[in-house]
Amino acid sequence: MHDLTNAFAETFGLLVSLDADLLEIVGLSLWVSGLAVLIAGLIGVPLGALVAIARFPGRWAIVVLLNAMMGLPPVVVGLAVYLLLSRAGPLGPLGILYTPTAMVIAQAILVLPIVAALSRQTIEDMKLEYEDQLRVFGMGPRGMVSTLIWDARYSLMTALLAGFGRAVAEVGAVIIVGGNINHVTRVMTTTIALETSKGNLAFAMALGLVLVTIVTAVNALVFSLRHTATRSAYA
Amino acid sequence: MAIGVAVGLMSVPAAAGDFIIMQSTTSTQNSGLLDAILPLFTAKTRTEVRVVAVGTGQAIKNAANCDGDVLLVHAKDDEEAFVAEGGGVKRFDVMYNDFVIVGPQRDPAKIAGRDVERALRMIAEAEAPFASRGDESGTHKKERALWRDAGVDPVAASGAWYRETGSGMGATINIAVGMDAYTLADRATWIAHENKAGLRVLVEGDDRLFNQYGVILVSPERCPSVKAERGQAFIDWLLGEGQAAIAAYRVGGQQLFFPNAAGSM
Repeated sequence: MHDLTNAFAETFGLLVSLDADLLEIVGLSLWVSGLAVLIAGLIGVPLGALVAIARFPGRWAIVVLLNAMMGLPPVVVGLAVYLLLSRAGPLGPLGILYTPTAMVIAQAILVLPIVAALSRQTIEDMKLEYEDQLRVFGMGPRGMVSTLIWDARYSLMTALLAGFGRAVAEVGAVIIVGGNINHVTRVMTTTIALETSKGNLAFAMALGLVLVTIVTAVNALVFSLRHTATRSAYA
Repeated sequence: MAIGVAVGLMSVPAAAGDFIIMQSTTSTQNSGLLDAILPLFTAKTRTEVRVVAVGTGQAIKNAANCDGDVLLVHAKDDEEAFVAEGGGVKRFDVMYNDFVIVGPQRDPAKIAGRDVERALRMIAEAEAPFASRGDESGTHKKERALWRDAGVDPVAASGAWYRETGSGMGATINIAVGMDAYTLADRATWIAHENKAGLRVLVEGDDRLFNQYGVILVSPERCPSVKAERGQAFIDWLLGEGQAAIAAYRVGGQQLFFPNAAGSM
């Protein structure tokens, strides 16, 4: 109990003081996870839409696979990316292990199936509703994909937020490929793991509460953007 | 196209200047030693030392994959094997401290003040909970050697009184606190650890609890990516000027590491 109450006091202190080290760590967390979601979105949304409208034998298997990959364990993704980027691995010559770039790659892989699977479901539901109208307009598959993505854009934001939540909260992948190097690859979750292992439980918990606060703020921001956008769209 | 965008965006602002990567152990990082001494080297040479702190087993493995320039760990036999296999150039003693057996205040197995072998046998006989690192770290290797000397095979009791945490030293101490267990810890991590609630040092000062750290330059022949010049400069510093910095590092007035590079004493 003692550490829990201390944690709340320390959280308040952290949020008020905003010291430079904390800002750096928070900034890197948002940067790495944000970029990972952007990349996953650029690939995952069109991929999900394509699977949603395409009809081909074995399609169900792709759907099951995408859904299953949402459960990829971060530590396994981290290990796979480590083996790829290690100097002894096939992409070793790039020399990007233990850099933020490696962390972005690992998180993008982790988030991609989440974005693709949720996009697929969203767009497939929408397609069922509008398919006949779109056909009446004589729309081909290409036009259909872009029209459906556009129409589903607000629902797709939830898919991206789900991906962001996953990325910013995971520790297993980034600690392996980033190495938790101070001032280089240290993010919120790896700092929490480190402080826990030092026995600074109250401070670690406080950092956790800061992380939750930040994630809430990001969600609130997206929610209000969406709210403003839908209001002006129907005004 | 997505990849092009990705690469463009990923030119992440990295710290300027040159750096080396050091594969090291959790004890040197969690105790605060590296945070205290590395800035001195960086200030002098403008070379940043990026530390990846993992268990000794994983650190050696990472170095064998060429993912680091310097290795600072504490499992002498494994370090010598690493050099013998051509993974490293040469091994140097850097510093030492010792291991301690910590356990619950009330000491249910009554091991306080015993020698190590006797203490471990008593823990086994009492079937008192013992938290093992279980992660191939230097401390874990040491612990297994001590059990072997004591003639006990604790792994037979794994899941019963012998609990393999598979975690770092600090995390294992946290677990020992949580389950009122005994554990073997390096003294540096123990002293610097904030969450000792209910545990204390029960066995210490035995010759067999000696804990030697060594430093190795990863072989530039085996690994062309190794920054041999800067890595060697760091090793030279660690074995020279750095020795005083190691001796000066204290937590709560206690010295955690004792420099013992050849020629520095």
